[in-house]
Amino acid sequence: MNDLAPLPNRGCQDTPVLKERGQREVFCGLTGIIWLHRKMQDAFFLVVGSRTCAHLLQSAAGVMIFAEPRFGTAILEEKDLAGMADANEELDREVDRLLSRRPDIRQLFLVGSCPSEVIKLDLERAAQRLTGIHGPRVRVLNYSGSGIETTFTQGEDACLSAMVPSLPDTDAQNLVLVGSLPDVVEDQAISLLERLGISDVQVLPGRDAAHDPAVGPNTRYALLQPFLGDTAQALERRGATRIDAPFPFGDEGTTAWLAAIAALYGVSRETFEAVTAGPRARARKAIAVQAEKLRGKSIFFFPDSQLEVPLARFLTRECGMEAVEIGTPFLHKGLAAADLALIPEGPTISEGQDVDLQLDRCIAARPDITVCGLGLANPLEARGLTTKWAIELVFTPVHFYEQAGDLAGLFSRPLDRKRVLRLHPNASAQEAPA
Amino acid sequence: MKLTVWTYEGPPHVGAMRVATGMKGLHYVLHAPQGDTYADLLFTMIERRNKRPPVTYTTFQAQDLGSDTADIFKQACRDAVARFQPQAIIVGASCTAELIQDDPGGLAETMGLDIPVVALELPSYSRKENFGTDETFFQLVRHLARPMERSEAISCNIIGPTGLGFRHRDDVAEIANLLREMGVAINVIAPMDATPMDLTRLGAAHFNVVLYPEHADAAARWMERNLDQPRTKTIPLGVGATRDFIAEVQAITGLTTAPDERRLRLPWWSASVDSTYLTGKRVFLFGDATHVKAMARVARDEMGFEVAGLGCYNREFARDIRALGKEYGVEALITDDYLEVERAIEEAAPEMILGTQMERHIGKRLGIPCAVISAPVHVQDFPARYSPVMGFEGANVLFDTLVHPLVMGLEEHLLAMFREDFEFNDEAGPSHHGGHAPRPVEQAHPTPAVSEPQHVADLAREATSEAVQAASGALVVSAPDATPIAANSGSDVAVWLADAEKELKKIPFFVRGKAKRNTEKYAAEKGVTEISVDTLYEAKAHYAR
Repeated sequence: MNDLAPLPNRGCQDTPVLKERGQREVFCGLTGIIWLHRKMQDAFFLVVGSRTCAHLLQSAAGVMIFAEPRFGTAILEEKDLAGMADANEELDREVDRLLSRRPDIRQLFLVGSCPSEVIKLDLERAAQRLTGIHGPRVRVLNYSGSGIETTFTQGEDACLSAMVPSLPDTDAQNLVLVGSLPDVVEDQAISLLERLGISDVQVLPGRDAAHDPAVGPNTRYALLQPFLGDTAQALERRGATRIDAPFPFGDEGTTAWLAAIAALYGVSRETFEAVTAGPRARARKAIAVQAEKLRGKSIFFFPDSQLEVPLARFLTRECGMEAVEIGTPFLHKGLAAADLALIPEGPTISEGQDVDLQLDRCIAARPDITVCGLGLANPLEARGLTTKWAIELVFTPVHFYEQAGDLAGLFSRPLDRKRVLRLHPNASAQEAPA
Repeated sequence: MKLTVWTYEGPPHVGAMRVATGMKGLHYVLHAPQGDTYADLLFTMIERRNKRPPVTYTTFQAQDLGSDTADIFKQACRDAVARFQPQAIIVGASCTAELIQDDPGGLAETMGLDIPVVALELPSYSRKENFGTDETFFQLVRHLARPMERSEAISCNIIGPTGLGFRHRDDVAEIANLLREMGVAINVIAPMDATPMDLTRLGAAHFNVVLYPEHADAAARWMERNLDQPRTKTIPLGVGATRDFIAEVQAITGLTTAPDERRLRLPWWSASVDSTYLTGKRVFLFGDATHVKAMARVARDEMGFEVAGLGCYNREFARDIRALGKEYGVEALITDDYLEVERAIEEAAPEMILGTQMERHIGKRLGIPCAVISAPVHVQDFPARYSPVMGFEGANVLFDTLVHPLVMGLEEHLLAMFREDFEFNDEAGPSHHGGHAPRPVEQAHPTPAVSEPQHVADLAREATSEAVQAASGALVVSAPDATPIAANSGSDVAVWLADAEKELKKIPFFVRGKAKRNTEKYAAEKGVTEISVDTLYEAKAHYAR
């Protein structure tokens, strides 16, 4: 098998986690709809929520996806809350209207929000009822993307885990890749596995309902994203077994991820080398160009997508950066273990957030790059820090070999920009930063 | 329950944020779940603000419900006051916190804070963003402003500008200068850039200039009653309205100095012969009531356009806009459903839309150029350059804004003449727009499945210039009644023969849709199953009677 670099002791596995509770500057799980609705081409996401939910979806997307998006918000109104209208009847009516207007829809997700959770609108029963009405043509599922229960990428976890019980049964030995990636990246992954001789590969979520994977006691699955803890559990309940590996970012992450699968399938070292040597070399070359600019630079992660730990692994190990703080909204120690083990000791690992305290730490540390949400980026830039919007890491193809250079490039570009702009700071057009 | 895809307005607490973020020295403690912090990016990204909005969110989670959400709120209040040291705080709940009924106002009042605490009641399930701005500013004024001695010099307050407003930054500068030129001193500008302390001085002004009724109507009325300050009612947007505004201010103050008009270019730009081609361009206006009302006048009286339709999304002003519709001879559309707006625009088939960022997208779909004249707006509507829409410079900006999306005058003639040239044709769009060529309507919407009522429209209203009219006159026909026409899909619809289809394509794209539908209606009435070139001309003759 492949010779991976030795583990640096136990890395950050034993680093005590700084757990904070206070104001969290993160999106809620509804945000995942923005990429999920594009991934599943026969699915519609119906948020049952408030005007705030609708406003979030249109604002978080940054630009509006005006080509008739496959999502919408059923906005609760006063009469729904006051019990003057039966919320279930109202919901049935809206779903009827929607499905008759969009006969191409085969999967409907009823997505719970903060208000629907607080008023205890039972969307699970609603989904069952609506499946009775519209099934089997349309499968109606439900999950919660509410901010009181989910943070940003946890919405995808909630969605995928809701799909697991309805996946078809199988006793076959199959491999399921879990997580929604851009189609082009998914195709690359499947092609690499095929060339390793592993052919029965399916992906959750499928591109449409007909292509969803089957699961059973002989199913092995590998996660593509680090935020899929509940989905992993749901798959285990169906008898599937997880293949533990670092996440497939960069050369090292991708190689380790493929190697873990290859080992299980008894792929020979020669075959592994033959298949991966070319793309590995390309990835290394592409990373090297960016690493020139990143080496020795410090980085500070605000909690956002749960990609922080594997990305810190990539940036410290493969790009020579130094992590100051790795903040993550939720640290799943089991899923993150392989990546944590590879990160050299030193950085603060923080979970949860008190944004004001974290900003104090960040400003005191003056990192070379700060990874943060859109609400914090310009205010930090105005204080002379260089930032990378975290949301771009979720919206950009960054997994596997061929994207490794692009991933590193996302971090070097803000530094490049600072370098190329020969601007002297003027008295700001706006007020002085606080 | 109502299914919504895109919204014109956010929830009311976003309105409160617009007031708080516009101001200085004020902090907003918002009882809200995790995720509601998304609203920060509206200000830091769309408006490119370099500071976080002055908002502390409690970001409670499911585990906190039923136990200590009230404590979380109080702690957040204490921390915010200690850290940010505001002159005053506003407190309130977002939609979810409204349901758990912690009463942020009551909690904050019992905390013994030594700064003014203004509690906001913003019903999230019945009201929207503009209610939030108006109510928040009103509550701040009601709590902080007091009757006091008038300033010695004649002065006014300028009220209404907020964070995230459409051109508020520059409108305020333009109008403040205009007023100073007239000899009126500016007492307080609020909410934008004002502190809570400044609001206590509102009473020193002799009158109030209300620039944005959506955000300051309630406060202006309160000050009129309680501080005895008259308020201006004209919005100085456009040449005529700016002159009316000046007259209104002169009537209130007795001052007679008129501002210098030499910098005003719109009247000559509009009168000059190059602008002839603008005559009778059919425009559809949609946005907030204030901007739509003012822009309708600019469009008709100052640009020579024809108003083909108008409406607003804020129901609070529905009556005004219905009256406006009557004045302009169109039925006003009052809705916050963008699909309804899209349908109305498609039906009116205007040559240009004056709208919001939503209509920009509608225009893109329908192949109709659009100029943005109202919030909601996106990052590209916050230009780096000075670009007010109010006052004299604002009028100049508006001329450019309304002309830029259109095909230039001579170019339009040439397009009509050489419209069959494969490289130079009417579907390529304005030559100064590079890759942003509008698509023809019927291609953007391949097969409307429902029948649409046909407007009575005459030839002159359809075409854009004499040349185009002359070129297309032979084929453009109009339906004499308003009965729905047959759908152009389905088995009972006539088939277009190749020659007829080719002939149809010779009509400029912006009137082609109507000619096509009229011909199909004629064919359906006559039981014709194949449309030939003759059918086209027969239809034309039929409707020309």
